[in-house]
Amino acid sequence: MAIVLDAGEIGRALKRIAHEIIEHNHGLDNVVLLGIPTRGAFLGERIAQFLKEIQSPVPVGTLDITLHRDDLRMRPPRPLLPTLIPSGGIEGKDIVLVDDVFFSGRTIRAALDAIGEIGRPATVQLAVLVDRGHRQLPIRADYVGKNIPTSSSESVKVSLDEIDGKDCVEIVAGA
Amino acid sequence: MNKHLLSINDLSAEEAFEILNTASELAKISDGPMKKLPTLRGRTVVNLFFEDSTRTRISFESAAKRLSADVINFSAKGSSVSKGESLKDTAQTLQAMGADAVVIRHGASGAAQRLADSGWISASVINAGDGTHEHPTQALLDAYTIRSKFPQFNQSFDGLRVAIVGDILHSRVARSNVLLLTKLGASVTLVAPPTLIPVGVADWKVKVSYDLDSVLKEVDVLMMLRVQSERMANSFFPSEREYSRGYGLDITRLNSLSKNAIVMHPGPMNRGLEISAESADSHKSVVLDQVSNGVLVRMAVLYQLLGGATLTGEVSA
Repeated sequence: MAIVLDAGEIGRALKRIAHEIIEHNHGLDNVVLLGIPTRGAFLGERIAQFLKEIQSPVPVGTLDITLHRDDLRMRPPRPLLPTLIPSGGIEGKDIVLVDDVFFSGRTIRAALDAIGEIGRPATVQLAVLVDRGHRQLPIRADYVGKNIPTSSSESVKVSLDEIDGKDCVEIVAGA
Repeated sequence: MNKHLLSINDLSAEEAFEILNTASELAKISDGPMKKLPTLRGRTVVNLFFEDSTRTRISFESAAKRLSADVINFSAKGSSVSKGESLKDTAQTLQAMGADAVVIRHGASGAAQRLADSGWISASVINAGDGTHEHPTQALLDAYTIRSKFPQFNQSFDGLRVAIVGDILHSRVARSNVLLLTKLGASVTLVAPPTLIPVGVADWKVKVSYDLDSVLKEVDVLMMLRVQSERMANSFFPSEREYSRGYGLDITRLNSLSKNAIVMHPGPMNRGLEISAESADSHKSVVLDQVSNGVLVRMAVLYQLLGGATLTGEVSA
């Protein structure tokens, strides 16, 4: 088990992502953050906090993609997590999806489907804490905390203070 | 969770709360941003109704459609059942058509169990009311409705006081509700004339009272049951008027309920018999909430049964 990001590095990565979001969107007037539960939701909150410190507050929500997954039939049913769309909605907005680990791309595909059900945003961008490669779909991230080359037998474990009591990213060797 | 939902006994308290929590999340997304979810796309749900129903059939149909399942409605009237086709042949026809779930309502107690155990079909079987036995999704939607009105009972029904009033003997709703509410921790009192209390009630974890007025002040939830005249071959009470005087919810009784108490009824209501029109339409009545919550709870049940991995069911000849 190797630690690849510690608490300080996670904080700096998220702060840099916050700056990049402002730069890329020429401000924050039209930006809405949507975190993908569980850990993406906490990361979304943290990025929003940085955005508020740097420039101005943005609407933050969460988007559970469980019901849109394409592997539902391959696993036991899983509990649903909260979906909370900010009151301003997403119509015509610049949406930044936030997730912890970017892997096959299937979660993001499901998220895009879920967003399509809700409305038609102007753009959808993707911010991830860790990109570990091994994409199975033609999807890319706009903002990446850290690229971590992995083998497909390894797994990446993200721990966040809000739920795990500590901040770190580890690579766990496969079985 | 089991493959089938035949009885409340198929569920643990945790699984029941899991269904209620799923329904709460579905409420947030399907009443708000996403009307239609792709979750059960390509799955087929058959509504197999041998008994008449308004609410339950529409509710299951609407739940399945909101999850993008294909729905086939089958009622005994207008089908080959009226030509004498057996349950077995009907079931095998559904199997051949590739049903993933069968929602069955039948006048005979145990019909859903028979269908599930028979080996005739590999689909999940959901009991939507079998004779005077059980109606588990009704109990789940009642529990959901209670929880939405009393947030303090979010995690457990400990301390919740429920009275179930009326035709307990013929009521599958009462049976399922007694099982579920006591499982979740509520204390339940059954109120009915002695003729409408089932034999063996001593084995249930409930109190029994023959006097409605004495329990009214001490309940949070008053659940009125329909007098099921169609199942009454004998006379169980002298006259409707006398029943109504002893066990009907009129405006005087409604006013003696505590301030936050709610009145439930599974429908269809016999207005003027077990419940007066003023009581049914009062602000304490949550009858229409029960109906709209029914769709959410049935979505949750369908998701739990069909949303996950396909179980390989053995089909015997």
